[in-house]
Amino acid sequence: MRAPDGPLIVKGDVILAAENVSLGFGGVKALTDVSFDIQKGEIRAIIGPNGAGKTSMLNCINGFYHPTEGSITFKGQRRPRMRPSEAARGGIARTFQNVALFKGMTTLDNLMAGRSLKMSRGFVWQALRFGPAMREEVEHRKAVEEIIDFLEIQAIRRTPVGKLPYGLQKRVELGRALAMEPEVLLLDEPMAGMNLEEKEDMCRFILDVNQQFGTTIALIEHDMGVVMDLSDRVVVLEYGRKIADGTPAEVKRDERVIAAYLGQAHA
Amino acid sequence: MTATAGRDDTFPKLLARNAQIRPDRPAFRHKDLGIWQSWTWREVHEVVGAYGLGLSVLGVEAGTKIAVIGNNRPRLYWTMAAAQWLGAVPIPVYADSVADEMAYVLDHAEVTHAVVQDQEQVDKLLAVADRIPSLHLVLYDEERGLRDYDHARLKSIDAVIADGRERLARDPAAAGRLAAWRDRGRGEDLSIILYTSGTTGRPKGVMLSFDNVVKAAEIGSGFDRLDERDEIIAYLPIAWVGDHIFSYAQAILVGLCVNCPEGPDTIAADRREIGTTYAFAPPRVFENMLTLTMVRMEDASALKRRLFKWFLAHAHRVGERILNGDSVGPGDRLVYRLGNLLVYAPLRNQYGLSRVKVGYTAGEAIGPEIFRFYRSIGVNLKQLYGQTEASVYVTMQPDGEIRADTVGRPAPQVEIRIDDNGEVLYRSPGTFLGYYKDEQKTAETKTPDGFVRSGDAGFFDTEGHLKIIDRAKDVGRMQSGDLFPPKYVENKLKFYPNIKEAVAFGDGRDMVTCFINIDLVAVGSWAERNNVTYASYQELAAHPRVYAMVAEHVDAVNRSLAGEPRMGGAQIRRFLILHKELDADDGELTRTQKVRRGFIAERYGPLITALYDGSDTADIRTEVTFEDGRKGVIAATLRVQDMPAHPVTAPADLARAA
Repeated sequence: MRAPDGPLIVKGDVILAAENVSLGFGGVKALTDVSFDIQKGEIRAIIGPNGAGKTSMLNCINGFYHPTEGSITFKGQRRPRMRPSEAARGGIARTFQNVALFKGMTTLDNLMAGRSLKMSRGFVWQALRFGPAMREEVEHRKAVEEIIDFLEIQAIRRTPVGKLPYGLQKRVELGRALAMEPEVLLLDEPMAGMNLEEKEDMCRFILDVNQQFGTTIALIEHDMGVVMDLSDRVVVLEYGRKIADGTPAEVKRDERVIAAYLGQAHA
Repeated sequence: MTATAGRDDTFPKLLARNAQIRPDRPAFRHKDLGIWQSWTWREVHEVVGAYGLGLSVLGVEAGTKIAVIGNNRPRLYWTMAAAQWLGAVPIPVYADSVADEMAYVLDHAEVTHAVVQDQEQVDKLLAVADRIPSLHLVLYDEERGLRDYDHARLKSIDAVIADGRERLARDPAAAGRLAAWRDRGRGEDLSIILYTSGTTGRPKGVMLSFDNVVKAAEIGSGFDRLDERDEIIAYLPIAWVGDHIFSYAQAILVGLCVNCPEGPDTIAADRREIGTTYAFAPPRVFENMLTLTMVRMEDASALKRRLFKWFLAHAHRVGERILNGDSVGPGDRLVYRLGNLLVYAPLRNQYGLSRVKVGYTAGEAIGPEIFRFYRSIGVNLKQLYGQTEASVYVTMQPDGEIRADTVGRPAPQVEIRIDDNGEVLYRSPGTFLGYYKDEQKTAETKTPDGFVRSGDAGFFDTEGHLKIIDRAKDVGRMQSGDLFPPKYVENKLKFYPNIKEAVAFGDGRDMVTCFINIDLVAVGSWAERNNVTYASYQELAAHPRVYAMVAEHVDAVNRSLAGEPRMGGAQIRRFLILHKELDADDGELTRTQKVRRGFIAERYGPLITALYDGSDTADIRTEVTFEDGRKGVIAATLRVQDMPAHPVTAPADLARAA
């Protein structure tokens, strides 16, 4: 897989920033005045207790929700009302908390679907599978095969994903996101419901994606051990507000984080 | 082949020969990125040469030991060839061995270079690097995940090959030097060291010369008439002698194509795509395929299920006879043809065995039912008996003489002798040079006249087929001097569905006696059909009619023992049926359901005494553990049954055969 094209951003530059983002549904405030940034090439974790607004934050980043106040800046451009498809085209890919694959389709087809934004030939050409469309398909198939190799899912290439165990479905979903060759990868609880071995595999894949392709990763995760090992920086949300931001070690020492996770001691 | 063997006596030389006489035939294939990538013999010869030159720059020379660790990949096989090209000795290591074991082998072999598949193996080696002082360079096949590693002692195979190619292009004299290195090798040189996994103690390094391996490959490929059109799928560990002979030696010798699967999980699909003509699998692979078929058939439509059952029953009746070339009536043949069209051929295709000329299973005993199933649907499945020390082949089954319970006749050029204690000894061109750095073990294993002690006990049946009965050290001797192979006797008993477990005694005694456990399911359903009423396992086990039934089985076993050479003395003279099932919870069985003989002898001491002191009954009190963890005591009085001995009918001992 090639490194994604696009404006040259040096590792360490801010690639995506949330500025004073608030999000409300009627009277309910999911996010209140949250600001943080994601630097190029880092693994950024978003953690917090249930209902802290983590998924809402991801949804704002990839345009699924639009912040009621504040804005998202992606690659230096403010995106007040970005649609999900624009985000995808702009290089933001994501996986979902509950797997959102095409269950009846094979692993291979799901991954090919992930390439659809990269296909230039129109529907009719592709239906004909002839000439330039065929050449294009071969090229995309090659990219997809590299992802299959990368994620070690050769054995399930032709298996309908609905038949796969949960851990593998998660891996396929990661594969589909990678098929877009994203600059920023948003992972919503990539390890939820996995056993220890599956978690270790997934950790290795996430690290490899980050190292090998230089993909910037923002992930939501509950397993603290995983978060502390994987991420470069952690932002902590509670009741829709940011309560801490820093390296795993810093965050772990933070009084408010400890209180949020372990409960307040009422003396 | 024999005509050229005098000159082309090493694998690098054979590679050169292949590049000359069959340059464009496929030599290796590897499924990568979903596509079968392939290399011709000319290409392989070129790559291996360049690789060898690259290795020589990195300090590899004659006598260097190179560890090769990973799954079946063309580049790892080429590593072995490239090492041999320079006179270095490849040492393939089991990829799944733990770091500790790996460290032992690499240190024992004093390897200086290791060639591994990927990051996983690199990590393993780095973790134990301080225990392998001789190791100074690691080469890898797959770069993934290794980019940020310290590359001071790390290099990619590709880079080494590229370096070799560049030197060849730059220096006109290099090609000549390379050819000279290749032709310097001699057949009697050490070609490879294979470490045996060894169930007890540390692994031993079996040293094989080129002559050993090449001759063994000649034996194997000649026996089954392999040629360059054959296809094999390489998926068993490269450190295992079988893979080395099948996927390396025989492939290079006859020029057949070696197919490397995508990964360990895709073998079934890859085998189907390739359609191997020469297959090898341990019994469990065949078992799994059959089980999967049976499970899937349960989900099939009623019509398909009935077709399947009916035609399989027909195949069971005549299939093997047709495969063996025996005479079968035209009607049965016609029905078999129809079955082939509807059931057998699709099944074979599903297993990836459509084109298979011959398939082998070895390693452990295969269930006779499973063995027959594959043969009945037209797969020429055979058994062989082999060892690392023999470069595999000791006995093989010739076409038309295939049985589930013997391992066949001595392979061509193999001499076999049965020792007084029943141990099988063999001598062949493949017989190993010795254990690496272990003179003492070598002397223990190899007799002065060049025979190798196999460690297995066995005998030749009346038709000259070898039957392996047990590990030689487990075979006991009775007071009369007769052999007593406990597992062999027990397995004969357990062949009857009514008998679940048996424990035989006889070592150092004047007769063989036995504990028997009935199978509650089988005997229970028999009781139901025969109006035998019972309230508990204990009551059923003690029922006179159950005793009578088991006595019939024991009698049949005795008759069969009496008909086998040297087994007549092991007839069971007294037995009793245990009042409880042997259970792992009580420590009587291992968790893998193997009988713990010593423990049982101790726990049921009074019963053994009764078996040998002539009493008719025996009292026993045993503590049992219930499933909820509570303990209780079962007391019982068991009846001991005497059995008559059959006169020994076996012909004179066939201790020697060649």
